[in-house]
Amino acid sequence: MSKRTLFEKIWDNHVVCSGPEGSSIIYIDLHLVHEVTSPQAFEGLRLAGRKVRRPELTFATMDHNIPTTRETRSQIKDMLALSQVEALRKNCREFGVQLFDLDSPEQGIVHVIGPELGLTQPGMTVVCGDSHTSTHGAFGALAFGIGTSEVEHVMATQCLVQKKPKTMLVHFSGTVSKGVTSKDLILGLIARIGTDGAAGHVIEYAGQAIRALSMEARMTICNMSIEAGARAGMIAPDETTFKYLRGRRFAPPEKSWQETENRWRTLNSDPDARFDSTVEIDASALAPFVTWGTNPGMATPVTGEVPDPDGAGNDSERNGMLRALDYMALKPGTRIQDIQVDRVFIGSCTNARLEDIRAAAKVIKGYKISQHVQGLVVPGSQNVKHAAEREGLDKIFVEAGFEWRESGCSMCLGMNPDKLNAGERCASTSNRNFEGRQGAGGRTHLVSPAMAAAAAVAGHFVDVRTWQYKE
Amino acid sequence: MPRRGGLIAIMQPFKSHTGLVVPLQRENVDTDQIIPKQFLKKIERTGYGEFLFNDWRYREGKPNPDFVLNEDQYSGATILVAGKNFGCGSSREHAVWALRDYGFRVILAPSFADIFTTNSAKNGLLLVTLSSAEISGLMSRAASGRFTLTVDLESCTVSSQDGFFSRFSIDPFTRTSLLEGLDEIGMTLQHEAEITAYEKSHR
Repeated sequence: MSKRTLFEKIWDNHVVCSGPEGSSIIYIDLHLVHEVTSPQAFEGLRLAGRKVRRPELTFATMDHNIPTTRETRSQIKDMLALSQVEALRKNCREFGVQLFDLDSPEQGIVHVIGPELGLTQPGMTVVCGDSHTSTHGAFGALAFGIGTSEVEHVMATQCLVQKKPKTMLVHFSGTVSKGVTSKDLILGLIARIGTDGAAGHVIEYAGQAIRALSMEARMTICNMSIEAGARAGMIAPDETTFKYLRGRRFAPPEKSWQETENRWRTLNSDPDARFDSTVEIDASALAPFVTWGTNPGMATPVTGEVPDPDGAGNDSERNGMLRALDYMALKPGTRIQDIQVDRVFIGSCTNARLEDIRAAAKVIKGYKISQHVQGLVVPGSQNVKHAAEREGLDKIFVEAGFEWRESGCSMCLGMNPDKLNAGERCASTSNRNFEGRQGAGGRTHLVSPAMAAAAAVAGHFVDVRTWQYKE
Repeated sequence: MPRRGGLIAIMQPFKSHTGLVVPLQRENVDTDQIIPKQFLKKIERTGYGEFLFNDWRYREGKPNPDFVLNEDQYSGATILVAGKNFGCGSSREHAVWALRDYGFRVILAPSFADIFTTNSAKNGLLLVTLSSAEISGLMSRAASGRFTLTVDLESCTVSSQDGFFSRFSIDPFTRTSLLEGLDEIGMTLQHEAEITAYEKSHR
C-alpha cells in the first residue's frame, strides 16, 4: 500500500463504488440537519415518494433563525422563521429523524452539539447543509458543507457523488505565546493564503502548535477552514481526542471502547505521505489577529495598522481594499488599537464552547464593560450554557454588563432578532466579516473570545497579551 | 420547467446559450451578498430572484442607480462576468436559486468557490472558468453594454460576434449532468446493490 494521507485513508474507506465520469460515490456516516437548508430537501423527498434512507444516522436541531431570549424562544414572532421551525418539526416526525428541539436540553448550534453528544467521531464522513461543517474535522473526520440538493441526495441515498479533492498540509511549528489562540492561528493562515487559498483542497492541520490544542480549540481552527476556501479541514485524532469523546452520549460504549480506540489510532497521515501543497507557519511568531475588512483574509495583528490599498499587489486587489475600507469606514494607517467598537458578540459555531466562554469571562472578571459598548454572550448549546452557569460564569458577564442568552447562531449571521444596526461596529468571535453579515450596514471585526472581551471593557481593541487580569 | 424528483429530468438541460452580458467588477463575491440571510426563511425553491444582490441592488427600498444590474443597458442580461472566487462563504443553495430565478444561465469568472460550484451544477447554472486576462477582456467588452456571448457546452466554447473566442474545461460529470438535466439521486439509486453491500460490510 502506498503512503496515504489521513484524508485519503478516510476517503478510501468510504468509496461505495466509482460514480460517473471520474467521480466516486461516497458513503456518509453522519448527516446533521437544521431548519434553514432542509425544508426544500424534505419536500423533494416527498414529491419523489422517497424516504430518509438511514434516519438513525440523521440528527436535526434548530439554531439559525431562532431568537435567543428565554421569552422569545417559545413564541417566535417572525412568521417566516416560525414556518421553518415548524416545517422541521413536521419533517422530522414524518421521516423519523431525531430532533433536538428548542425545549431539548441538548439543543444548540449544530456544530457545537454534534461533537458534544459524541456523534462526531474519528474516521467518519460528516455532512450538513452548512459550510461550517468543517468544524467536525477536528476529530479526524472528513466533514464538509453541502447545499440543499445534496442534503436531499444524502437523505435519499446516504451517499454523495464526489470528485476527489486535493490535499494541503498546514504545519504550525513552535508554541503560541500566551493570549494567542487557535482563532489567531486560523486568521493568520487565511491572512497569508487568502480566502481562496485552499480552494479545491482538504486541509490537514499538523505540527506542535496543533498537538497542544484542546478539542475545543481544534474545532475553532477547523471551523474556519471554509474561510480559506477549503473543502474541509482535519486534525489527526490523538489522546486529546479520545479523552474528549469517551463517555459521551453517542460515543462507542465502554465494552468496545478499546477496540474502537485502536482502530482510530491508525487514522493519521503516513510519515512520507504526499500532499498536493504545503504551508509552513511559525506559530510562535503569531500575535492576536483582528480583521479590518470585509472578508476573513483581511486580517492583521492587533499591534498593526489598517493597511494602505496603495500597497496592493494589483488593481483588483486594490479596488477590493478600497471598497472594504469604505464599507468599514476606516482609513489606512489607523492603529488597530485605536478602533472603537459599539457592540461585542461572543458566540457562534466558531467560538461559543465552554473554553471560549471561560476565556472571555477570565478577562471580564472584576471589570465593567465600556459605557458605549453593548455586549452579548450566546453560548453554543444548552449544555454549554448550563455548564457555564454551574461555574458562575453567567454572573461574571451579567455583572460586567453583558447580556447572557439562550443558545443559537444569534448575531453571527443576523438571521434572527440579534443583529447589528447600520453603521454599528462589532468585535465578534464569529467567522465572517462580509458586508451586512451581522445586519445590513453593520461592521464586523473578527477576533478571539479573549480579544472580544478585552475590547468590550476598553471600548476599543487592545492587545490581550498585556491584559491586567483581576482574580 | 420539469418537475423535480422521480426519475425525470430535475432541471432544464443546458446545451448552448446566447445572451446579454453584465460585468460585475468585484472579487470574492460571497453568497451573503448574492442573497442576504433575511431571504433564506422561505421553505420553497422559487421566488428569490427579486432579492438577488439585495443590499447592493437597492438603497432604502429603491433601485440603487450605481449598481450595474440596475443600468438600463443590462436589462435582460442572462450572463454574468465576475472576479475571482465567486460564490465564496455560506453553502446556501438559495444563492444559486436567486441567480437562476433572476434569469442568469451562465457565470464566467477566473475561479469559483467549491460548494457554490456543486450547487450550480444541480440547478442548471453553468459556471465557466476562464483566465483572469480573458475575464478582464470580457469585462471591457461588456462595459459598453449590449455585448452578447454564446456559451456552448457541447463544444465547451465561449464566443462573440465581435471575435472573442475561448475554450473552457469543465468537470465531465457536471457537463453531462447539465447537458442532459440528470436526476442525480435517481442515478445514485441505480447503485442500490453496491450501497447495501457497503452498509453490510461496514456495520
